[in-house]
Amino acid sequence: MTRKIPVVEEITKANDEIAAINRTRLDEAGVVALNLMASPGAGKTSLIERTVPRLAENLRVGVVGGDIATTLDAERAADAGAIAVQITTGGACHLDAPMVRNALAQLPLEELDVLVVENVGNLICPASFALGTHANVLVASVPEGDDKPFKHPRIYRGVDVLVINKIDLLPYVDFDMRRFHEGVRALNEELATFELSCRTGDGVEPWVEWVRQRVGACATAARGAS
Amino acid sequence: MHELPITQGILDLVVEHAGRAGAARVTDVHVVAGELSGVVDECIGFYWEIISRETIAAGACLHIRRVPLAFECRGCGARFAHEDGDFTCPTCGDASVRVASGDGVRVEAIDVEEVADAVTTGQNRAEET
Repeated sequence: MTRKIPVVEEITKANDEIAAINRTRLDEAGVVALNLMASPGAGKTSLIERTVPRLAENLRVGVVGGDIATTLDAERAADAGAIAVQITTGGACHLDAPMVRNALAQLPLEELDVLVVENVGNLICPASFALGTHANVLVASVPEGDDKPFKHPRIYRGVDVLVINKIDLLPYVDFDMRRFHEGVRALNEELATFELSCRTGDGVEPWVEWVRQRVGACATAARGAS
Repeated sequence: MHELPITQGILDLVVEHAGRAGAARVTDVHVVAGELSGVVDECIGFYWEIISRETIAAGACLHIRRVPLAFECRGCGARFAHEDGDFTCPTCGDASVRVASGDGVRVEAIDVEEVADAVTTGQNRAEET
């Protein structure tokens, strides 16, 4: 005789618990953290290079770079003016909450205002693992094609911000911005969207302003709570 | 590649709940996987066999029920499954739709043998051989 036991629990529970610990750690230190996800080559590191110097004018910026084998991305982030820590995943295709917990332990969190976590370039796996960051940011790029929301719906579901990079290439590729936006909205209507080019700098300012406001809102909330 | 941590997540939940129920052995595990989870059944099955060895869930049969990605039209309220490359409503042609199902992976239930059952089954097996 067997007996049925109801469970009804999401299988990401173990990761989610550590993500919650990461969030608490970040909140205690007053750091707003962004999880930057994208396919390889969409422009995560370029966006960091464009964004960090602007933020660094009046904020203290940290970057956690997730890369399979090299520390190149962390070096680029450090050159841009951030305190950078590299997580080499040793082949893992995504960051998870325990990896980010280890990275947080290596950073002077109390001396930071904003932390950008650069996930591994991949549209599939990173979407399944919460890190404890405050906002999930997806970097899409024009040459990838307007069919990405239809082919990779999962990653569009859980993100708060969509950055569409390489808009300077719109005249040269078949990318239907309307079709792309329709697909995205079907999956996620709450999303804030920024169209920009990291190469020309076009459209970068509204995105930088969004990050600043996010950090400002957090600081105001913290003052209100204390 | 993220099927391994997903399988580990399933096993952790199974071991936790079987232990809490005082079970001797887990015979079946019922998992519900939304299409958006991107979970590949074959991979999960492969990892399951390896990582469940020498646990209370060793040899347990894994049943994965897939929930397809479905949308609901904001305009006319129709519910529909998606076509590749198109999320617009097939009834009224509206592009304003929302996801109605297809998220998440969860363990719904496990079937377990109680301690007494397992002993009996063990005896039966011993008698059969």
